[in-house]
Amino acid sequence: MNIADLVNSNSAGLPASSTTPGGKLRLEGVNLYYGSFRAVKDISLDIATCSITAIIGPSGCGKSSMLRLFNRMNDLIPSARVEGLVEFDGVDIYQPGVDVVELRKRVGMVFQKPNPFPMSIYDNVAFGPRRHGIRNRRALDEIVEKSLGQAALWDEVKDKLDQSGLSISGGQQQRLCIARVLAVEPEVILMDEPCSALDPIATLKIEDLMRTLASTYTIVIVTHNMQQAARVSDMTAFLMVDEDRAGTLVEYGVTSEIFTNPKNQKTEDYITGRFG
Amino acid sequence: MAGSNIKSRYLTQKTAMVLLVTATLLVVVPIILIIIYMIANGYSALSWDFLTQPPAQAGKAGGILPAIIGTIYLMLGTIIFALPVGVTAGIYLSEYARNNWVTRLVNMAIINLAGVPSIVFGLFGLGVFVMTLNLGMSLIAASLTLAAQALAMTITTSREAITAVPKEYREGSLAIGVSRWQTIRYVVLPQASPGILTGAILAMSRAAGETAPIIVVGAAFLVGGLPGSPFDRFMALPYHLYTVSAHIPGMPADIKWGVALVLIAMVLFFNILVTLVRFKSRKR
Amino acid sequence: MRKNYERSLRALQDEVLVMGSMVEKSILRSMEALKNRDLELARQIIAEDSAINQKRFDIEEQCVELIATQQPMAGDLRVIIAILNMVVDLERIGDHAEGVAKIAIMIGDEPPIKPLIDLPRMAEKASQMLREALDAFMRRDVVLAKKICDDDEEVDNLYNQVFRELLLIMAENPRTIGRATRLIWVAHNLERSADRITNICERVVFIATGHMEDIGASKY
Repeated sequence: MNIADLVNSNSAGLPASSTTPGGKLRLEGVNLYYGSFRAVKDISLDIATCSITAIIGPSGCGKSSMLRLFNRMNDLIPSARVEGLVEFDGVDIYQPGVDVVELRKRVGMVFQKPNPFPMSIYDNVAFGPRRHGIRNRRALDEIVEKSLGQAALWDEVKDKLDQSGLSISGGQQQRLCIARVLAVEPEVILMDEPCSALDPIATLKIEDLMRTLASTYTIVIVTHNMQQAARVSDMTAFLMVDEDRAGTLVEYGVTSEIFTNPKNQKTEDYITGRFG
Repeated sequence: MAGSNIKSRYLTQKTAMVLLVTATLLVVVPIILIIIYMIANGYSALSWDFLTQPPAQAGKAGGILPAIIGTIYLMLGTIIFALPVGVTAGIYLSEYARNNWVTRLVNMAIINLAGVPSIVFGLFGLGVFVMTLNLGMSLIAASLTLAAQALAMTITTSREAITAVPKEYREGSLAIGVSRWQTIRYVVLPQASPGILTGAILAMSRAAGETAPIIVVGAAFLVGGLPGSPFDRFMALPYHLYTVSAHIPGMPADIKWGVALVLIAMVLFFNILVTLVRFKSRKR
Repeated sequence: MRKNYERSLRALQDEVLVMGSMVEKSILRSMEALKNRDLELARQIIAEDSAINQKRFDIEEQCVELIATQQPMAGDLRVIIAILNMVVDLERIGDHAEGVAKIAIMIGDEPPIKPLIDLPRMAEKASQMLREALDAFMRRDVVLAKKICDDDEEVDNLYNQVFRELLLIMAENPRTIGRATRLIWVAHNLERSADRITNICERVVFIATGHMEDIGASKY
């Protein structure tokens, strides 16, 4: 990544397309501070394109904070400060001049509690594209249908697109939020405990959805449900707090390895429920 | 023992209930009595002519149309000036301002502004709008003055309504690459608008009843016709009421009550409007 | 944490040790029945084999139940999977011992064709290997497990020796073929038992390292 690439890229300061082999997202020696409190300590890892990576660990170990590094949602907290390298497609996203809005279009996020806007289902999905300048009704119709289809929600809501986004069930609302993210055509989808507010059947539907989406998108999911991480992900990162209550990366590896033969005893203890 | 416990608990519940109901009645009953008294005394003055004719014989006959129109113009003028400033300030204070001493100072100033007596606003208006800006004693000067007074309320209600919008909506919007301003414009403001509207209507309703400031700044008792431009003098219901109550000898009693009734009716109308807006927004 | 679960896991492993010692006894006693022409003992061993089979099913059921209800992971999962495989091997060794007892009954009181020296040695070795394998399982001792696999060579050598001796005897005297063949079957049962024990050792290594290795590859 050199100055020429920066100059030749679009105005967002981000490369126009992914030219970096392998790593879609990368952390190197990253520390996250809230004021003087270090929440995340010295984390380095690589996330490959079109994979599902799960981040697990006990509560309060910095999983969500770490996830929010990738789309700079930590910026919303005034005291937050990041040290180290956070790369998306090989570009440091914290360097000055990066268009955060464009970044968040390409790195979308789904939250723990489904948060559809208080508008119709159609308007919810069309919200992002409309704000990005698409006005043509037919184009929007196509985008809405495609996104809802990708989110496995189209058949269930195609006859009630003008009903409020809040009128459907929790599991459907979460899929609506996923459709809303898909409508802006991101490359990465970050999911912060997307199923923790849902019932088991809704959870399984979303897990199936994730596997389908992984062929097109890179997915990073924070979950406190280990079985979910084992079911769904290709790679798993295990975080834990150290004595200073800073979250550190204990182990990061192929999911099947982590859950059958972890290298670190702390990982083994956590996974087998010997501590938690 | 169990038996006496139950009995004493029951007694306590009953006593509390009685006290609370009495307190409520103490509040509600006087208002109802006042309204009934006003209707009883002023009903006879009300007529179509009363509402649509200008006053005659120094207000002892004829109608109060100019005062009604003047009051309506005042309310509109107040809100035209107070609402945009109030909403913008509310947006800034809840979305952009950092939590430092400057912001705290600003918020404290707003609280204090709300407590300033209305006559002081009147003098402020006289000095700044009438004289310094050379607008003269006029409708526009009065509107600006009342707007200045209404600012405290519009800023506060806007700020509260915007802060009340759950942060999940903002996060959901920002997280799909929508800019800060677009989020405010398309997600936060629509969601906050019932609250903002409520504040605006309340401000208007309060402006309808202000007497002291408008006396100082431009209200007149008898003006030739309806105000033709914002720079004209104007009539207003509160001032009209004040004058006919205290300064015109031989004023028929029912006219005084009639004017009061019209004024109260207007204020009541707007308060009911506020309640309806609140009710509708809670339904969705 | 997870006290019940830990207790269940420990109980399960204890059950495997119990089954293992039942099988070990069967090996030794079946050889004893053969040597001493103790047909009563032989019948007892055949009857007791069903207890060994039942033990295997009990342990398998417990494994399935633990998997379904406790979602074991990592090391715990490997132990349970290993146990599921080990009890199959143990049960087959039990069957081999039963086979020796059956042969003892078949031989009955026919005149012996040669004194039994190597066969009891094979049985001794096999039962020692099994004892050590169970010990390695308990202590997750990879070094011990690998050594036991080396010991299998000794059993294989004894087998070849017995086979050659009996072939010679059969060649010299065709009337001994029946009895000699039966003795070859006994040797075969013991040699297979030792092979099964190396399987058990491979499972022990799997528990400790997470990898399945083929230890003690055949020299052919």
